[in-house]
Amino acid sequence: MSATETLEGYNFAYLDEQTKRMIRRAILKAVAVPGYQVPFGSREMPLPYGWGTGGIQITASVISADDTLKVIDQGADDTTNAVSIRRFFARTAGVDTTEKTEDASLIQTRHRIPERALKEGQILVYQVPIPEPLRWLEPRETETRKMHALEEYGIMHVKLYEDIARFGRIATAYDYPVLVNGRYLMRPSPIPKFDNPKMDNMPALQLFGAGREKRIYAVPPYTDVKSLDFDDHPFEVQKWDDCCALCGAEDSYLDEVVMDDKGRRMFVCSDTDYCEERRAQGHVGPLGTSPGTPQAAE
Amino acid sequence: MYVAVKGGEKAIENAHRLLAEERRGDRQVPELTIAQIKSQMTLAVDRVMTEGSLYDRDLAALAIKQARGDLMEAIFLLRAFRTTLPRFAMSEPIDTTNMKARRRISSTYKDLPGGQMLGPTFDYTHRLLDFSLMDDGNETQAEQDQNADPDADLPRVTTILNHEGLIEQERPDDEDAPVVDLTREPLDFPAGRDARLQNLARGDEGFLLSMGYSTQRGYGITHPFAGEIRMGEVEVEIVPEDLGFPVVIGEITVTECEMINQFKGSATQPPQFTRGYGLTFGHGERKAMAMALVDRAMRAKELGEEVVAPAQDEEFVLYHSDNVEASGFVQHLKLPHYVDFQGELEMVRNLRKEQIEQQQMLKAGE
Repeated sequence: MSATETLEGYNFAYLDEQTKRMIRRAILKAVAVPGYQVPFGSREMPLPYGWGTGGIQITASVISADDTLKVIDQGADDTTNAVSIRRFFARTAGVDTTEKTEDASLIQTRHRIPERALKEGQILVYQVPIPEPLRWLEPRETETRKMHALEEYGIMHVKLYEDIARFGRIATAYDYPVLVNGRYLMRPSPIPKFDNPKMDNMPALQLFGAGREKRIYAVPPYTDVKSLDFDDHPFEVQKWDDCCALCGAEDSYLDEVVMDDKGRRMFVCSDTDYCEERRAQGHVGPLGTSPGTPQAAE
Repeated sequence: MYVAVKGGEKAIENAHRLLAEERRGDRQVPELTIAQIKSQMTLAVDRVMTEGSLYDRDLAALAIKQARGDLMEAIFLLRAFRTTLPRFAMSEPIDTTNMKARRRISSTYKDLPGGQMLGPTFDYTHRLLDFSLMDDGNETQAEQDQNADPDADLPRVTTILNHEGLIEQERPDDEDAPVVDLTREPLDFPAGRDARLQNLARGDEGFLLSMGYSTQRGYGITHPFAGEIRMGEVEVEIVPEDLGFPVVIGEITVTECEMINQFKGSATQPPQFTRGYGLTFGHGERKAMAMALVDRAMRAKELGEEVVAPAQDEEFVLYHSDNVEASGFVQHLKLPHYVDFQGELEMVRNLRKEQIEQQQMLKAGE
């Protein structure tokens, strides 16, 4: 979309400049103290809380007219909420939007990190529902803030250990806790643990916004991000027996698609841009060619 | 070939169109006007203004119309509009003692200076459906209460009690200190009473009602009396910087409730009555009363009471009172979660596989 269609009566990217400045200050503090949750005066956005208001406020504060924005939800550009947020910025900021990870200078995401490695100069903005990694273990903010200040993360290790004692493994599939820069325990937002290794030493800047909880945190480029584990139970990511039915990728995170009521299912890349790019390069998965009736990948 | 689900943009457009159609309803029926909502759905307008924290009857009525009568949605619309407004000035504290009261009752004294005035209330109506309202044109004219003098002085019940020193002193904060504004700063704990009261004033009526009710049923009991409830018009003043004295910029309707609560005293304080405070825009008696109960309950720590019940727990109350936050987060579960769910599926399948393998090994070993 072009700049001519922007919304009348509103500032560039919706937020007023004072608010943007306040948010940028919070972001600067967050970058200076990697993994630390900075409280900020989160505004009421015209989109509902829990639907990305934190990410939207960060994007609105750092976006400029020459940025190219990509918005994904579950890895896909075409999920309804991603469409809605992309449209919001197309309307209020008139910036160029793209579905290509490579072409985007700013990527707002919910629940995934793109498969294609991000590069220097790019910014990845995460939408965060609950920023506090210790929240399920301690519901009180007053307590958890103290625990962060004292670097008292014992209960998280105990929780992971209890998982191993009960299940023989750490039973956390997403929102898997990480230690940032060797200091702050951080919640990576509900990305699958499959994506955790991508956060480590990422050349791009990672910003996290929790609107309802009024917190911003960050991982600056090239920062250590370590997924918690034990020497005898090292961190590992999800694996599938299948490959992507469309592009044949074996290295991407797969979504399961139920084909019928008899339990037939197939797996496809959750990152739609990655999948399309591979198909454009000529990669074909087991269901990627035949135009006939859908077949399950067995 | 399987095609990944596409067409989100088109689907959203269609949904918006359908919504607009549903809102309009049967086109044989004349469209609802803002003036009608404003003048006949007044209590809905009052609630939307209160929880939307914006005193504007026209915009509240518009929000109600646009939200198809869903008041929480209307509150959300008003809040989202409010954030974009510039802040010109901070008003002076409103003086409810000088209220032009249209309703004023006390349950602690049979009669008191200024008198009791029922005003427009549902109280004492028999809740029988009035079928005459089914037809248009059934107008009735209310008679002005002959006894009520709108300009009568209305000393506060708490002031009367204060003459005897029976009620705790109201200790105002430093008047020059800035008042917390939760729409600009994040909530911080322990929260000051200004932050708590602002949060409660914006809080969901239903939530506060349940919280207040829970204190009455024993979860953090506060032995309340409705010291006074008054509803009417007050003037709003600001002090323009270049003038240096207050000028009236308008008049608003508010409902105020002061609860009086029994207090047995503590090591540092003698037995006396304590206070809980509630205030809403418009006529919002139920909310003002509930707010006063919860305000008092949350003062437990300050008064040396043990914090044992949800209503006394400021983190619990203040973090969960806002219906715009709550409604958004509860409903975000509608958004796709299939990436996370896939992770859980994979894990549960693996855990089950391992368990079955273990059982088979055990069986084989027997």
